[in-house]
Amino acid sequence: MAKPLLVPTLALAVALLCSLVVHTQGPMPGAVYDRDVKGEKPGPAPRRDLAGIWEPATAGGGIQGKGALAMESCKRDGATGRYVVQQNPPLTDTGYATVDCLKPEIEPPYTAEGLARLKAHKPVEGYRMVPDAVNNDPILGCDPGGFPRIVLHNFRTSEILQTPTHMVMLYKFQKRYRTIWTDGRELPKDPQQPAWTTADRLPPEPRWWGYSVGKWVDDHTFVARTNGFQDDRTWLDNAGLPQSDTTEVEETYHRVDANHLELSIKITDAKLYARPWIALDKLRLRLQSPNLDIQEMECSPSDQKHYYEIFGNNTGLDPDTRK
Amino acid sequence: MKNAVMRTLGVAVGLLTVSVPLLAHHGAAQFDVGKKVIVKGTVTEWFWSNPHCFLRFDAAGPDGQVVHWAVETQSGPNILPQGFSKQTFKVGDEVTVTLEPVKNGRPMGRLLRVVLPDGSALPLAAADGGQAPGNSPQN
Repeated sequence: MAKPLLVPTLALAVALLCSLVVHTQGPMPGAVYDRDVKGEKPGPAPRRDLAGIWEPATAGGGIQGKGALAMESCKRDGATGRYVVQQNPPLTDTGYATVDCLKPEIEPPYTAEGLARLKAHKPVEGYRMVPDAVNNDPILGCDPGGFPRIVLHNFRTSEILQTPTHMVMLYKFQKRYRTIWTDGRELPKDPQQPAWTTADRLPPEPRWWGYSVGKWVDDHTFVARTNGFQDDRTWLDNAGLPQSDTTEVEETYHRVDANHLELSIKITDAKLYARPWIALDKLRLRLQSPNLDIQEMECSPSDQKHYYEIFGNNTGLDPDTRK
Repeated sequence: MKNAVMRTLGVAVGLLTVSVPLLAHHGAAQFDVGKKVIVKGTVTEWFWSNPHCFLRFDAAGPDGQVVHWAVETQSGPNILPQGFSKQTFKVGDEVTVTLEPVKNGRPMGRLLRVVLPDGSALPLAAADGGQAPGNSPQN
């Protein structure tokens, strides 16, 4: 071997060996995530760039089981640190398992219709949760969760593909995707009769995931708007907050630095909410290695059926009452 | 007899000091949160799925009758880093399960810890190579 190549070749061999050690030391399969390290100083935010694989930066950061994060009901009591509701309430199949503690100052600003819709929902998470046996959450039968629920509860590992004309959001949960167009098109004018262009000669098509357009408002902030949703079968989150065909969602991505992105969500729907409200306030996301293989998290109706037969349907006082 | 009881209690206390995150697709409405039961039994099914895997096993009840237990875990992707896999259990395995029972008294619950036939236990402790399944919600 020629001497000039010896050093780089040895260096490469050592690097490959180290790489092998690093990638085989984890004794178990499954994704290994990049996490924030104390004292870390990420580089500057790249200009107009959201591309990459993202994961909530703090442990449990994507979990919003109590409801939309910025408006959770029954917050912790400041003095005791305990939730105001009973921690382990008795089981009931006739009403909610936990105290319904709606409080105007910490709840979304429901209209009368919004509140009625909320109360018709029987979620398995949040402060109004019921046993699996009596829930009516559509996604537990593998209906699409839709947008923004995919973000408001189940923000799991997600990848953003960025092209000159659109952003494609690839979501781990239920293995779904959506497209945010950045080619200058406008949102459908009538969200209850949505169609992208008349030139398509397509009939109006409401969507589980809506119609999304977005643009950069500065070099590090991308804002997308979405309307044209299907109907009220989708919920905003796992706590059962209502959504409708007139819901409009504004999502803001702010690239903080080379490793981080912050995501906020604003909900507008005059039918259900008296004023626009913030459902997610700067959820911090961490950029992951481009080598990360996003795991599959598909919802299988046959698997769900088996789960409910063996387990879910038997969790209430009266089995087999799940609607 | 007294020694046996003390040994059992000792094991139970030891097991219960293990802290396991309890996060799932559903909240805790159906579980008797904080209560723990230890049951030794024989595996009849290990169902690998999303959003929950579950383990079924038969155990002797207080009256000698066989009790058919079902305990759930989180989804496959989330318990892989904790040492579980689709091959972890096979029908006929003798296991000892620590579980949080449901409130309605049926032989069901969520799995907190399981001792396998070879004496090893899952989920793995961090010191034994167990990893947190990421910062995403656990399902």
